[in-house]
Amino acid sequence: MSQKNEWPLWEIFVRGQHGLAHRHVGSLHAADAEMALNNARDVYTRRNEGLSIWCVPAAAITASAPSEKGPLFEPSNSKVYRHPTFYDIPKEIGNM
Amino acid sequence: MYAQMVKATGKGVKTREQMDENERHFQDRIDNDIKIEAKDWMPEGYRKTLKRQISQHAHSEIVGQLPEGNWITRAPTLERKTILLAKVQDEAGHGLYLYCAAETLGISRDEMTEQLLSGKAKYSSIFNYPTLTWADMGAIGWLVDGAAIMNQVPLQYCSYGPYARAMVRICKEESFHQRQGFDIMNVLAKGSEAQKAMAQDALNRWWWPALMMFGPSDADSVHSAQSFAWNIKQNSNDELRQKFVDQTVPQAEFLGLNVPDSDLKWNDKKNGYDFGAINWDEFFAVIAGDGPCNKERLGARQKAWNDGAWFREALIVNAEKRAACKQAAE
Ligand SMILES: [Fe+2]
Ligand SMILES: [Fe+2]
Repeated sequence: MSQKNEWPLWEIFVRGQHGLAHRHVGSLHAADAEMALNNARDVYTRRNEGLSIWCVPAAAITASAPSEKGPLFEPSNSKVYRHPTFYDIPKEIGNM
Repeated sequence: MYAQMVKATGKGVKTREQMDENERHFQDRIDNDIKIEAKDWMPEGYRKTLKRQISQHAHSEIVGQLPEGNWITRAPTLERKTILLAKVQDEAGHGLYLYCAAETLGISRDEMTEQLLSGKAKYSSIFNYPTLTWADMGAIGWLVDGAAIMNQVPLQYCSYGPYARAMVRICKEESFHQRQGFDIMNVLAKGSEAQKAMAQDALNRWWWPALMMFGPSDADSVHSAQSFAWNIKQNSNDELRQKFVDQTVPQAEFLGLNVPDSDLKWNDKKNGYDFGAINWDEFFAVIAGDGPCNKERLGARQKAWNDGAWFREALIVNAEKRAACKQAAE
């Protein structure tokens, strides 16, 4: 069982019928892109879950590192004024 | 369960004082229901235990296709055949979701396959029993998938993100499995005397192995205590088994079938059924490789892997060739 012959890993994204963006659903192994697409159809859309599939070689994904969580995401924590709830709208105005 | 013999590593659960800073931070996240993801720091024991648990679970899904696959070509109607085919295909999918989840922990698919084929890895004891009649398709869907659901529903909320997400997909698909099984039993139980006898015979043979699926009592096990603390196990084996019995006995009564246990009796005090002693010698023998079909099951997996070798290699060569052609054309 030679390790080097293992088919590469692909990450699979599926867009459903309700107009939402493609969503990561899982991964699978396939020899090439065409096979990845065929397998993705069988593995991840057996119940009408999607109208479109993206297959991305797992090796091609650049991911943020967990250790950078602080520097990357903390700055947005302090910017409460970016949320609509930061502002008090007078009652007389009603919904805004 | 589908992973019956997972022993968490480590000697009991550490107190907060015994933990180092990483471990404390990790435990805090689990206690606050924040999912652990593949690239996050985790204790070696957590990684090792999960690799074992998830791969055992995956192997069970894959080997679990064999007993039912046995009846696809002999299903009584075309409709039953398409249903069974879809069910078995789902189980293949479950195996694949779970292998991928295990891979995120740093074990390769080939390594897992190797562990299964060499007999080193375990899979659920239940799949080492033979499927002798069509009624066994009913009993398996109703009892085996029913028992699996009991264990898989809480796992949707376990601490490891990739495992939890795989369980969400799986649970969505399982309820069809149990219902189609019950439906087979229901039709047989309402059929001719011979059909009813066939359903009863299947229940007789599958009842005790189904109860064994939950594994031996683990209320006092240190391994379980660790798995509870890590939130990769949420209920004791006995707790789930009791729940299964309480849920299933009334269903058997509805079918007009007898549960093969003379000690089975409703207990008002505990608001559940008392039931007879399980033959754990049989369970340990089956897990160790001495069940009625262990050799056959592993043999079938080995044959599939070996017979497919040329195909896997050819596809890789073909992919490389096409990539080279494409590059040359650019
Ligand atoms: Fe399954
Ligand atoms: Fe199932």
